[in-house]
Amino acid sequence: MQTSISGHLFRRIAHVLVITVFTVALAFPFYWMLITSFKQNVDLYTMANNPFIFNAKPTLDHLTFLFTQTRFVRWLANTTFVGVVVVSITLVFALPAAYSLARLSGRWGERVGIGIFLTYLVPPTLLFIPLSRVIAYLGLQDSLWALILVYPSFTVPFSIWLLMGFFKAIPRELEDAAMVDGLTRFGAFAKMVIPISTSGILTVVIFTFTLVTQEFVYALTFLSSEANQMIGTGIPIFLVRGDVYYWGALMAACLIATLPIAFLYNLFLDRFIAGFTVGAVK
Amino acid sequence: MLAPAVLYILLLVAGPFLLAIFYAFSDARIGNTRLHFVGLENFRSILQSPSFRIAVRNSFIFTIGSQIVVIVASSILAIALEKPFRGRGVLRFLMLLPWVAPIALGAIGWKWLLDSIYSVISWVLVALHVYKPFGAPMWLGEPHLAITSVLLVHSWRLIPFSTVILLAGRTAIPKDIPEAAAVDGAGFWRTEFLILLPMMMPIISVAVLFGIIFTFTDMTVVYILTAGGPFDSTQVLPSLAFTLGIQGSDLAAGAAISLFLVPLLVIIAYLMLRVAHRAEVT
Amino acid sequence: MAVVETRDLTKVFKGEGLGAVNNVNLETREGEFLVFLGPSGSGKTTLLRMIAGLEAPTSGDILIGGRVVNDLSPRERRIAMVFQSYALYPHLSVYKNIAFPLKAQKVKKELHKEKVEWAAALLGIGALLERKPRELSGGERQRVALARAIVREPAVFLLDEPLSNLDAKLRASAREELERFHRRVGTTTIYVTHDQVEAMAMGDRVLVLNKGVVHQLGTPAEVYDNPADTFVATFLGSPPMNLAGVAELIVGFRPEHLRPTASVTGEALSFRLRVENIEYLGAEWIVSGTVVGGRLGGKKVFSRLTSAQGLALEGTYDFAVPQRELKFFDHSTEKRVAPRAVSLQ
Repeated sequence: MQTSISGHLFRRIAHVLVITVFTVALAFPFYWMLITSFKQNVDLYTMANNPFIFNAKPTLDHLTFLFTQTRFVRWLANTTFVGVVVVSITLVFALPAAYSLARLSGRWGERVGIGIFLTYLVPPTLLFIPLSRVIAYLGLQDSLWALILVYPSFTVPFSIWLLMGFFKAIPRELEDAAMVDGLTRFGAFAKMVIPISTSGILTVVIFTFTLVTQEFVYALTFLSSEANQMIGTGIPIFLVRGDVYYWGALMAACLIATLPIAFLYNLFLDRFIAGFTVGAVK
Repeated sequence: MLAPAVLYILLLVAGPFLLAIFYAFSDARIGNTRLHFVGLENFRSILQSPSFRIAVRNSFIFTIGSQIVVIVASSILAIALEKPFRGRGVLRFLMLLPWVAPIALGAIGWKWLLDSIYSVISWVLVALHVYKPFGAPMWLGEPHLAITSVLLVHSWRLIPFSTVILLAGRTAIPKDIPEAAAVDGAGFWRTEFLILLPMMMPIISVAVLFGIIFTFTDMTVVYILTAGGPFDSTQVLPSLAFTLGIQGSDLAAGAAISLFLVPLLVIIAYLMLRVAHRAEVT
Repeated sequence: MAVVETRDLTKVFKGEGLGAVNNVNLETREGEFLVFLGPSGSGKTTLLRMIAGLEAPTSGDILIGGRVVNDLSPRERRIAMVFQSYALYPHLSVYKNIAFPLKAQKVKKELHKEKVEWAAALLGIGALLERKPRELSGGERQRVALARAIVREPAVFLLDEPLSNLDAKLRASAREELERFHRRVGTTTIYVTHDQVEAMAMGDRVLVLNKGVVHQLGTPAEVYDNPADTFVATFLGSPPMNLAGVAELIVGFRPEHLRPTASVTGEALSFRLRVENIEYLGAEWIVSGTVVGGRLGGKKVFSRLTSAQGLALEGTYDFAVPQRELKFFDHSTEKRVAPRAVSLQ
């Protein structure tokens, strides 16, 4: 009895300890971004100062600098633009493909599905060198259209994979009923399947968008001028002048760019997991 | 309806891949329009270069090292997060940040945390009298510390990803099973190690396989934190390919180096198919 | 072997106003087969899980073998439980599944083989020891779950709807097997089910629960023939007992006691019945109709007959219930009250 009560207490302490340690270890850099964003330079760069507190008054200087003296807003706009276009392209290619794979019966449908999923595993670092030549050949160097062309090569496969799961969950009888009631197969797809899968499609939209914001290698390789950067490349590369890092502005930029994506991701987390676990969770 | 997507993917994945192989056997350079077949010359010179050997070694150190850290950490974290408690949603959001933040931005956050002069980590260690004032090491300036830092940043980024996947695996285990183990007389450790861990193996392998791909093929963390330095000591295969192929204009060498990613990718793809297949059978 | 006892056992889940289990007092008898019977949501499984130690009571005590076990973990209670899903460990062979409780309770390794083989032989699964659970049929899984439960010779057996995952045909044979198994090992057993047939067939006694409250505890014959209240009266039996409000009373009678007047002898209540439906079920007939006239006029009742000859749809006939088969319940409490004379005219 005694052991079971002290064991219970021990477990609670261990639980709190684990949670605290991990939260701090994982979230600390973002907390640090927040602190840094509002500190005056004198405060940041005085070694004697306790870095955890505001030794001088908090300031909005870094934010002002970021929004007026840098191309940050432009990068946000670039990222949004590329994101929106890539999302549209991805849907156009992935929706019909995923639907036909989900309805392809037998081993072949499954094999093609897995094959498409595996192409998602082909990393940008394997293809960026030849692609840089393809881009140059097409005259798309330093153009956002280069990214718009290339990004679907990894967003389409994963979106197909995700959508396949959603489509498979729709009972076939529903489409059969729609067709018996007078719709064509395409009509059944457009008027029954798509409206039913809105939440799945929304997931794919968010997912594709976050993939676009997170990509680094292609953006680094294809884009060169400051005005054409995405957030992932513009912030770490162009907020550094020579050897001078504008830490306050840099950290503010990181945080501003991260938070919206984090919120979206959180909303759809469970669906992303379903995509990654490839049926290993039953 | 499948054809457009498959065609797009083939054009932008298989095409460049073949082009990479072609480049690897040629003397392609940026600006050089006439290519010559040079046989295995690129591979010969790569294999002889010390920085390539370091890059291979590092790629494996980062991949294997971070996966060990990630699996241990995320297994513990998944247990701690399984049962609902007050504030779990907020903590989940905070803990997910490293994974959802664009990788380049997370890395630049760490660059600030590990700054050679103003590192908060150094400040804390000095405050704790581990180091004398100004005596803290340059985290990214000494090869061993730089390697450890990169490894830990990779782990930091992947722990949330792995945790959500393991969490999905845990919640997919019927509640009856741990309860049956409790009635059968098993305590916490026996239930975890004899029952739950073996049952989680498929899902753990999914997390590990993805983790390996994400680490092994990544160049962003290294590129931002150390740019391969000091003295190429943190160079990995993808970043070396970028340094030589894009920055150094030697497309052939870059392409040849990135082809060294392929064998591991193939192995991982094979293992993933096995896991998916096994999950289907059971 | 031991007796399980609960005293004022109550469980209230957070955020729910009503208790899932309310003030349950019960005491098993040595070696008996006690069935918890109730519809879904009646609290029968929660009650069982509290006895197992998987759920902590909000208030009240649980005693096993005379000892209060409220603060003991499941492993310390010397109980064994068979889950609805059987909860076999999917990655372990049948042998290792059965040996797991021994391993977990640190029984000496040398004894494992002997004990596992004993349990396996008892349930006739000696040939399956090397198989994995997924390679077993439903019936075989049940036997493995029972073997895993019996192997450590528990004081009490807890079974949570173990037959509900089997198909109808298998269920009958598995039920019989369970009964024989219990007769052989003689361990006190608590069995949870929502199936009245299982409860009647298997139970030494039946505890009827609804909304977390005990309605009756008695032998199958007692709960069927002498229901303590209208819930028990209608929950058991198919079709259920006919109930009709008469003044401040509710009068009840089983369908099998409602017969055409000609075949009823002795003192009886009779009324006219308009037949609206006749179902032939092979061994019996179920006739339903509406009472015409009198104080029961308009009431719909069921009759169970061995023959429906001479009855036709839409016809009106004289039916009667022997006076001694009438049950009386209080109108407001719905509890059983002493028989009294009523007039239906």
